[in-house]
Amino acid sequence: MPDFEPVLLANIGKPESHTLKAYEAAGGYRALKQMLKEKTPLDVVELVKSSNLRGRGGAGFPCGLKWSFLPKDHPGPIYMCVNADESEPATFNNRILMEQDPHQMLEGTILGCYATRASTAYIYLRYEYPQALNRLEAAIAECYAQGYLGKNILGTEFSLDIYVHRGAAAYICGEETGLIESLEGKRAWPRIKPPFPAVEGLFRKPTVVNNVETLCCVTHIAARGADWFKSIGVPSDPNNPRDPGSYGPKLYCISGHVNKPGCYELPLGVTCGELIDRHGGGVWKGRKAKAAVPGGISMGLLTAAEFDCPLDFAGPGRYGCLGLGTAAVTVLDETVSIVDFLHNTTRFMAHESCGQCTPCREGTAWALRLLERIKAGKGRLADLDLILEIGDNIGIIPGTTICGLADGAAWPMKNSIRKFREEFEQHIKGTNPGGYMVTEAVRALQVIKVH
Amino acid sequence: MNPPTERILNDTIVAEIKAYFPRYPTRQAVTLPALHVVNRHLRYVPLAAVVEIAALLELHPADVQDTLSFYGFFKQDAPHGETRAWVCRSIACALRGGEEVLEHLCHKAGIAPGQTTPDGKLTIEVAECLGACEFAPCLLAGDIVHKDLTIEQADVFLSQL
Ligand SMILES: Cc1cc2nc3c(=O)[nH]c(=O)nc-3n(C[C@H](O)[C@H](O)[C@H](O)COP(=O)(O)O)c2cc1C
Ligand code: SF4
Ligand code: FES
Repeated sequence: MPDFEPVLLANIGKPESHTLKAYEAAGGYRALKQMLKEKTPLDVVELVKSSNLRGRGGAGFPCGLKWSFLPKDHPGPIYMCVNADESEPATFNNRILMEQDPHQMLEGTILGCYATRASTAYIYLRYEYPQALNRLEAAIAECYAQGYLGKNILGTEFSLDIYVHRGAAAYICGEETGLIESLEGKRAWPRIKPPFPAVEGLFRKPTVVNNVETLCCVTHIAARGADWFKSIGVPSDPNNPRDPGSYGPKLYCISGHVNKPGCYELPLGVTCGELIDRHGGGVWKGRKAKAAVPGGISMGLLTAAEFDCPLDFAGPGRYGCLGLGTAAVTVLDETVSIVDFLHNTTRFMAHESCGQCTPCREGTAWALRLLERIKAGKGRLADLDLILEIGDNIGIIPGTTICGLADGAAWPMKNSIRKFREEFEQHIKGTNPGGYMVTEAVRALQVIKVH
Repeated sequence: MNPPTERILNDTIVAEIKAYFPRYPTRQAVTLPALHVVNRHLRYVPLAAVVEIAALLELHPADVQDTLSFYGFFKQDAPHGETRAWVCRSIACALRGGEEVLEHLCHKAGIAPGQTTPDGKLTIEVAECLGACEFAPCLLAGDIVHKDLTIEQADVFLSQL
């Protein structure tokens, strides 16, 4: 395969890449000018729809389709929220885009607002990105000065304001309705859907929430066309008319036990193994890999034998993972204990659960206590079934919670224990030789389940 | 409780908060920006400040307190240190020694996560993924990410406070 010419990262690393001058010198804002002059908002929606662009924030929902859910002829206001909360562990591509090429994202945001007739956009930026904040604020000021933002943009009827809104270190603010609640000044408790944000979102008005990378893709679809976008990646399954495929470039993050951690732009569909070996420089210290997280910890775990998994929207699901997620791969070398891995991911989820749904709040905390007990050498084999039972019962997929955080907590539990059961059992037997067969706790649970 | 004799939010803080009003259709949406403004100036948001923020935003103090307490971010009892170091413990950092760095920093500074040194110079906080995993293990202090930390570099960080 010939090496892929980066598009989203094309300007990254160039001098002054964050300035308007450098961005325009590389052809920036030409697409915006052309679209505003020649195309109606509906044309732009149709263009993005025909590109089959799928959201890069984790759920992979088709972007143009989401935009078309907004009510027609709404008197307004309509809001755009740019999801820049990027908090999924191991994910950092949005940070690079905002720090080093903020105008690429702003052009996509302005185009998105034009298409959806939004008159205000809020960039919900996680607190931990102060450098991105500085760069975004400066870039927004440049846009106002240049007439790309404000009243009557480029002499048209279209007006738009963009503001940055800072979060306060809570993962759940990345969930789109948690984000909306947080922006409104409340605790970030995700909302029950429907109504979906497109119908009733921010300040109870129609709202579109899009990820930073999604909007960067919009910029290039406007500049190069839908056919260009669809010439990259994995086509739709011809036997499934509803499969939108996995088109376009993707920013893959690699971290953990590799020689060259970083963010690499590749066509959707690269395999996990190729990503690690060709781009991540292979496993560090000459060791072998044991497993890898396929797309942020919420997506679960691939064993080293499963590294032929293609990292497109359909791939990880075929290997028992939750999905592509944020396409952030973290490699665990052969020395890592999967018990430690699961403890770390479960601790994250228990800490970040917003506490609204009992199965998520109690389930994550309970699993964490069990894992702490296992790590402390007091584990029982029955604990593994208990954790699996929690994993199988919390989340949107089993239908017990409001948002997908719980599914993201469940998948590492299910994948780790089902794919590495032997290792868990060895650990428990080895550290608790006298007590690993004790089962009282399981009897107690069965009693509870009668209800 | 006696009414406070002195205002906590000075004119500068109030002006900075009010500058956010035109950005949002509701006053309540200014809650988080206001908390950040106060926290930037005072390094904490005491209950008395919550009451004054609520008055500015035409809310009940309980509304502001409810939001504040959801985020583990704003201290209320005492200001955080001059430097607030967020040390990542999530997966990519943990795989490359992040927990050891955290342990070492706490041990050297003589404080537990969430605490401030007696001289008021440093607060150490446990952080979840800082979105800088290519530089794991790392910590965020002010606007700066301290990257690829070793125990030695953690010592350098402490000595430069
Ligand atoms: C717990 C949780 C956390 C999320 N965090 C983020 C995030 O940090 N950034 C993001 O873009 N999407 C995040 N999402 C997905 C959003 O809910 C939403 O699907 C996305 O922002 C839509 O944008 P897109 O269609 O452009 O991908 C999260 C979802 C869940 C359930
Ligand atoms: S699933 Fe968890 S994080 Fe999501 S709303 Fe329920 S309690 Fe909150
Ligand atoms: S895991 Fe530490 S910065 Fe991402």
